[in-house]
Amino acid sequence: MDVEKYIASGILELYVAGALSPEENLEVQHYAIQYPEVKKEIEAIEAAMLELTRTTSPKMPADAFSKIRAELDEVIPFMPTASEKKTPWSNYLGWAASILFAVGMLWMYMQNSDLKSEIEVTHQEKESLEEIISTTREEVADKESLLQELRDRNVTVVALGGQTVSPNSYAKAYWNKEEQKVIIDAQGLPDPPPGFTYQVWSLKLDPLTPTSLGLLDDLASDDTKLFTLENPNASEAFGITLEPEGGSETPTLEQLYTLGAVGA
Amino acid sequence: MDLDNLIQQFQKKDKVAFETLYDMYAENICGVINVILKDPERSQELCQDVFVKIWNKSDQYDTSKGRFFTWILNIARNTAIDELRSKSHKNQKKNLAVDSLVGIYENSEDLNGKIDTIGLQSLLKGLKDKCIILIDMLYFKGFTQKEAAKELKTPIGTIKTRIRSCISEIRKKMA
Repeated sequence: MDVEKYIASGILELYVAGALSPEENLEVQHYAIQYPEVKKEIEAIEAAMLELTRTTSPKMPADAFSKIRAELDEVIPFMPTASEKKTPWSNYLGWAASILFAVGMLWMYMQNSDLKSEIEVTHQEKESLEEIISTTREEVADKESLLQELRDRNVTVVALGGQTVSPNSYAKAYWNKEEQKVIIDAQGLPDPPPGFTYQVWSLKLDPLTPTSLGLLDDLASDDTKLFTLENPNASEAFGITLEPEGGSETPTLEQLYTLGAVGA
Repeated sequence: MDLDNLIQQFQKKDKVAFETLYDMYAENICGVINVILKDPERSQELCQDVFVKIWNKSDQYDTSKGRFFTWILNIARNTAIDELRSKSHKNQKKNLAVDSLVGIYENSEDLNGKIDTIGLQSLLKGLKDKCIILIDMLYFKGFTQKEAAKELKTPIGTIKTRIRSCISEIRKKMA
């Protein structure tokens, strides 16, 4: 910094007058510490003002300070009296109690609403569990009635074995001659390719006479893979072939998947 | 004891230190008040009040506010200006717009030798009116540099260089 230029700027005269902003004051103080010339100049300016103001004084009486001193002694620091000190406690206690109460109430309210929402959630869980139970019960009932049907004394079980096209395939036919119904368990058949479906045939062997019992539509999406078909025929064997969607008039023997003879 | 130590002791409510400060600055403070009031007796009374205020406000001073003299100068001129305002309510003849330093300089003989007329005249002799007006504003009326610039319709830069040259002239006369 150019100290001479700084001094010549007039900022120090304003500093002594108290005409600067607090920031400028700090700046001047900073330079006064850093540069002794600045400090010396400030003192010289102050000395000029002291000289000027001394000339305009009507001269203080010699005993003036003793009067001031007397006033200094009069200024007794404020001391709260004992009674004033005691009273606030009950006030504070009252305030403290009411604040505590308010906080407590708020806490209780929050606890209460928490519990309410927990109950709501539990209620919903209970409803969905009940739904699952009732669905499961229905499924169990269905399975039991199916089991009953399969266990019926009039049912003949026919195992259908895999043929040349698909040696690993298998199926079972539960034939109730009394009720003229056959239940096909198609669990052992592969999902048919798109545009095809399985067709179940009742066969008479001599001469070979196939009669269509029906189609195993939507095999892929059926979980149980059980199909109940009408069978009023005196069947000697059952066969399952792969046919174009909608079925065929006569079985496509090249696509015979499973075959089994009654009583074999 | 140097000034800094003296001020520290004063801030610890040391009355001896305070009396030393009083001895150093009482006439200056009284002089400032008298420039503003132009009433020697009232100025003496107010000067005592100002020192009681200084004592009571001792903890408010710190070096970031500037020089100690600047701080007590500010208390003195505020007290005197308040006095002038309250008086001017009662006595409309008093006019706040009167230039205090110009007034006391021009009418210094009227003060019946109560002030150092010779000393004052020797310090201000030959100073231009605009110097005296500017010293009055900045030192005796407590204008900030911005307020002075606005009042005189003069840029702050000019205010600074002018006050520099005005105070320099007074300093030359002291030497």
